Amino acid sequence: MNFDFTEEQQMIRDSIARFVQDDYDWETRKAIVASDKGMSDSAWQQFAELGWLSIPFDEAVGGFGGSIVDTAVIMEEIGKGLIVEPYLATVLLYGNLIAKAGDEAQRGALIPSIIDGSTLGTFAYVERQSRFEITDCKTSAQKAGERYSISGEKVVVLNATNAHKAVVLARTSGEQFDREGLSLFVVDLEAEEVERFDYAMMDGQRRANLTFTNTPGELLGEEGKAMETVDAVIREATIAIAAEALGCMGVLNTKTLEYTKQREQFDVSISSFQALKHRMVDTMMAFEQTKSLLYRAMCEFQEDLVKADVTVHALKVLLDRNAKLVYGEAIQLHGGMGITDELDIGHYAKRLMMINTTFGDVTYHRNHYANKSYAA
Amino acid sequence: MDIAFSAEDLAFREDVRTFFAEQFSPELQTRMRSNDFKAAIVDWQKKLYDRGWIAPNWPVEFGGTGWTATQKYIYETERSEAGIPPTIPFGLSMVGPVIYQFGNQEQKDYFLPRVLKSEDWWCQGYSEPGAGSDLAALKTKAERDGDDFIINGAKIWTTYAQYADWIFVLVRTSNEGKKQEGITFLLCEMKSEGIKVNPIISIDNEHSLNEVEFNNVRVPVKNVVGEINAGWTVAKALLAHERTSIADVAQSKRTIRQIKEAAAKEINGGKALLDDPSFQGRIADIEIELMALEFTELRTLAAMSAGGFPGPESSLLKIKGTELQQATQALRMEVAAHYQGVLPTDLDPEQLGHDFGSEARRSFMYGRASTIYGGSNEVQKNIISKFVLGLE
Repeated sequence: MNFDFTEEQQMIRDSIARFVQDDYDWETRKAIVASDKGMSDSAWQQFAELGWLSIPFDEAVGGFGGSIVDTAVIMEEIGKGLIVEPYLATVLLYGNLIAKAGDEAQRGALIPSIIDGSTLGTFAYVERQSRFEITDCKTSAQKAGERYSISGEKVVVLNATNAHKAVVLARTSGEQFDREGLSLFVVDLEAEEVERFDYAMMDGQRRANLTFTNTPGELLGEEGKAMETVDAVIREATIAIAAEALGCMGVLNTKTLEYTKQREQFDVSISSFQALKHRMVDTMMAFEQTKSLLYRAMCEFQEDLVKADVTVHALKVLLDRNAKLVYGEAIQLHGGMGITDELDIGHYAKRLMMINTTFGDVTYHRNHYANKSYAA
Repeated sequence: MDIAFSAEDLAFREDVRTFFAEQFSPELQTRMRSNDFKAAIVDWQKKLYDRGWIAPNWPVEFGGTGWTATQKYIYETERSEAGIPPTIPFGLSMVGPVIYQFGNQEQKDYFLPRVLKSEDWWCQGYSEPGAGSDLAALKTKAERDGDDFIINGAKIWTTYAQYADWIFVLVRTSNEGKKQEGITFLLCEMKSEGIKVNPIISIDNEHSLNEVEFNNVRVPVKNVVGEINAGWTVAKALLAHERTSIADVAQSKRTIRQIKEAAAKEINGGKALLDDPSFQGRIADIEIELMALEFTELRTLAAMSAGGFPGPESSLLKIKGTELQQATQALRMEVAAHYQGVLPTDLDPEQLGHDFGSEARRSFMYGRASTIYGGSNEVQKNIISKFVLGLE
């Protein structure tokens, strides 16, 4: 048994931490979020040059061949720096779907341009009626000769504003909620037959609704059998955003502890009040418990995917509760300052809120955990 | 003990319903959500004034309604059902009550009718950068110069200062004795020379908060409410009135209704969220606490109707009321799912695919302030432990 990080993992961690410190301070991030694109192309190029975009991919396509732990190390640092660039959408969703479902030719054609930073991607799978049930898919794809043409709408698509390409989930057979009959397609988002409706989210990231009207798509993986790949990719991405959340929670706890030591009321630092001390102990325990369940999910993910599946549901439930406690206390203990847009505290809170509602919220995951654990 | 509505109560409820249905127009609702917010609120408050319903909690002699606790309950419930916002508290729930309690005749004659008619927009000059929970540590000073005070310092978290005609401000007039002993409660015109309002954008991305700077601002000594150096008593009385108005159980009940309506339309894998027993449990947990709080509020109202002023028990209302507001706001965010994060407030719901995410976000985010303002909930617990439980 060993919970240590390898030397390589520590180097990745240090390299991102250094990037945040030197090139991604709070003022820089604010300017990026306020810019037209809502992301920085030059930061993305730096990610490519530093090798971060290659981490999860196989060496055969020019990747680093990293594990879930490597991904989590990156995502925790992304969380600490509140980095808005689309690592999740491009590398962990678009890239991982191609890596898992694509054939050799597709992997060879599409992944190198992710690694060199020239292609931004996303996964379009949520529909306006679907809430968190991915199989609730009405978007359809018809085969016409060698090509497929896709029609339907996807909503709240991560990074869709800037993505060049998307993997789109569409139905090739079966009924609305069927697991069977769903297929994945690579779609060029710059095609004429794609309409985009952009908007900004409270976590500083951009999303869009995408409408496809007979849009050409290239089949990725076996027709009608998308869900196995989708489940695997989403499971891995859920662990990744839990690591990102842990990064956010750690920063909030540290900053709150510092603030309460500095802030004087009633002629003493407010950290000297027992009532507040105990609350900071609670948030520290929330952080440690979340970290433990994240580690458990990562260990199981590498050994037993059936177990990991249930643990990922558990992780999302515990994360929801603990993130709410941590950001709630961070805002409350910062007092009036905590509710300003100027201070970073609220921005960490908003990212945690978005993570809590990405890939299923607490009710969704608690139900799945219970069904898989207790159903006869 | 009973809460059965009498025939008079039922007739009263009809009156209230009819008035709201006739007077709170869709046009007014739209204006309240627009840049015309201030004028729309003032128009609405003037309608309430004309009907005689602007200040249900004031004594009749100063312009109150003379309603029983039951009638106040009916009125608040109907207001919330109709989706009508509460009146702006700074005049009607804060400075008005302290003027009729502590003000001299001249102040009562001049200010109270203007508050009732919404002729002046008030704001609250209490907190300072270094004086939040420890309000008595305030440093903004007022020095006597003949018939005037000259104010220097800064106040912060001043809601709607950008709209205000007047600010009631706590100033330090003496450094002798305990810090509570040198404080004075002053009324100051916002157009006075030397006042500067700096906007603060809050966590909901809106501008309602401000910093208000005072640079050699002259205020006539006749604008002191109560005695010079005895402002702490006035300040505390105002806070007790404020606390009572913060609980807003009616609003939380309305949010619960909105949650149920929306959850019935949210479908997960073919099943409505509202039909999901685990989600029903979440709503029930909050609703049950609200059922109790509604009666806690009624008990406080009943005690006040019997002629009392709100006591330290009002801290309980403030704590539980704001906790439940936040719980309902948070649950509404969960119903909005992905859309809880949508930032623009003016998108076409048809195009977006959702119609309340942005509104839920704004209420939730700004709602984080409710456990901080009006005396933070930590301070309220200190008040209860000291003045109710007698713990030193």
